Amino acid sequence: MDIFREPKVSRRAVIVGGASSAAVTALVPASAQDAKPSTLAASVPEMLKVSFTVNGKVRELELDTRTTLLDALREHIQLTGTKKGCDQGQCGACTVIVDGRRINSCLTLAVMHEGDKITTIEGLGAVGDLHPMQAAFLKHDGYQCGYCTPGQICSAVGMLAELKAGVPSHVTADPAVGPKFSNAETRERMSGNICRCGAYSNIQEAIAEVAGVRS
Amino acid sequence: MKPFSYERATSPADAVTRAAAKPGARFIAGGTNLLDLMKLEISTPAHLVDVNGIGLDTIEKTADGGLRVGALVRNTDLASHAAVTKGYPLLSKAIVAGASGQLRNKATTAGNLMQRTRCPYFYDKNLPCNKRDPGTGCAAAGGYSRGHSVIGVSGNCVCAYPSDMTVALHALDATVEIMQLDRTTRTLPVRDFHLLPGDDLPVGEFALKPGELITAVVLPKPVGGKQLYHKVRDRASYAFALVSVAAIIQPDGTGHVAFGGVAPKPWRSDAADAALPRGAKAVTDTLFADATPTDQNQFKLTLATRTLGAVLIDAKAS
Ligand SMILES: Cc1cc2nc3c(=O)[nH]c(=O)nc-3n(C[C@H](O)[C@H](O)[C@H](O)COP(=O)(O)OP(=O)(O)OC[C@H]3O[C@@H](n4cnc5c(N)ncnc54)[C@H](O)[C@@H]3O)c2cc1C
Ligand code: SF4
Repeated sequence: MDIFREPKVSRRAVIVGGASSAAVTALVPASAQDAKPSTLAASVPEMLKVSFTVNGKVRELELDTRTTLLDALREHIQLTGTKKGCDQGQCGACTVIVDGRRINSCLTLAVMHEGDKITTIEGLGAVGDLHPMQAAFLKHDGYQCGYCTPGQICSAVGMLAELKAGVPSHVTADPAVGPKFSNAETRERMSGNICRCGAYSNIQEAIAEVAGVRS
Repeated sequence: MKPFSYERATSPADAVTRAAAKPGARFIAGGTNLLDLMKLEISTPAHLVDVNGIGLDTIEKTADGGLRVGALVRNTDLASHAAVTKGYPLLSKAIVAGASGQLRNKATTAGNLMQRTRCPYFYDKNLPCNKRDPGTGCAAAGGYSRGHSVIGVSGNCVCAYPSDMTVALHALDATVEIMQLDRTTRTLPVRDFHLLPGDDLPVGEFALKPGELITAVVLPKPVGGKQLYHKVRDRASYAFALVSVAAIIQPDGTGHVAFGGVAPKPWRSDAADAALPRGAKAVTDTLFADATPTDQNQFKLTLATRTLGAVLIDAKAS
């Protein structure tokens, strides 16, 4: 028996199981195994309160547990700078910085971020007060249609912090020695951000300028 | 996505208790594999137990000179830890060969071990798949099988196991530490943690019972040698392996080797390791003697020999 061999259980059975939670030794109570799935019950969303800080501002939300961090930012806080591309962690358009680290906001639930500090493209800088990475993207024309740009910029900022902290990458010759700033390093580390227009060389120019290396 | 209830566990024992109390519960760690599958309704847990607050996020030396890696240690932190880059560079290299920077920042040790196949039919709910819906058949048999396994398959399932990290853990002979439902701990060699599909349904995948919690991965004392991870894929970065090789080569030519991308679990054997001093072909002849490739993935056998050949050259040169 392995973990993915369990019988499918209904929502109703979960409520029953929850009420009789004293029986912790049996993972799936016999009653639950026998229960017929109820599609009606299965469609009732669960709501939960969560509070986190976005770009310095505390946000208190009550959300369907299914809401991703990406959808919470875009649909509930109206911060639409963060983009939805593939919604499967493959394109990087949804990249935001959580507690100092870049992540894909599409593959994480909003309710998993209680107390976290989230920075989106809107929080990095503003018109008239651009983050150096935003300014460099403008200067080097690091985009064409612009859809992947917020993710590229948040990713680039997080990526340079990782490089500085000595996180190795696939092109680091010796992880024990650590990485050196180079175009090969920044290219490899940005592979999680896809640009369908193919503005990669200008994106790399922008990153190189901020990192202080020649691309 | 199907609706689900959600709660945060506060300790490993609390996580096991909470999961046991709710049928259909699943642990969520980084969420990078589970949420993907939940969006597609391939996984439909009725309840999620968030294990991000339970600790288990540290890397500690063990009494016998090995390393105990907590289940919640992020892939980025594991690959960067000084004890890993110095003592187990193979593990570091394998981790950074997988996924992207963003994903590795979220992905955990246990979640990575437990990631499920990338078989395109497993992801396509319109087509039969024994792994997703036991008894429906396997669309990959007789289908598009270029990325599938060349060995270890059964009539029920021919998928390949996708993790890079785990290939290194197999070569390093790691152990998985598991908290059982009664909250006692059992350990299992990682080589026995991953199962072959076999002839029964549902197909075999992981030697973990529902509700059991992985608490750590334990590495034996560092073994030294040249440690190399070579991954061959369709693009230079951010793609799953067609074939990968994790190798530890000692100065006398002996060592350990494990292959990724070729089987439903990382593929290795003691007999193949023993053949290492005789070169790449001797190893793959031993290891893949029982291979059953299709016309489409036959190339993986040649690629496996050549990739190991390249690794052995690198091991001499570096
Ligand atoms: C676009 C993309 C590309 C990728 N490319 C690669 C690649 O090239 N190579 C590679 O190796 N990987 C790759 N990955 C996969 C990635 O490595 C995994 O998604 C990640 O490691 C999963 O870890 P997690 O913590 O996010 O797991 P989760 O999604 O949180 O969990 C995965 C599974 O593990 C279970 N689980 C988690 N923790 C525990 C525990 N402590 N005990 C018991 N069960 C537990 C969960 O219940 C779930 O079933 C890729 C992923 C994406 C989305
Ligand atoms: S190979 Fe396995 S995962 Fe793929 S369709 Fe067949 S049964 Fe499903």
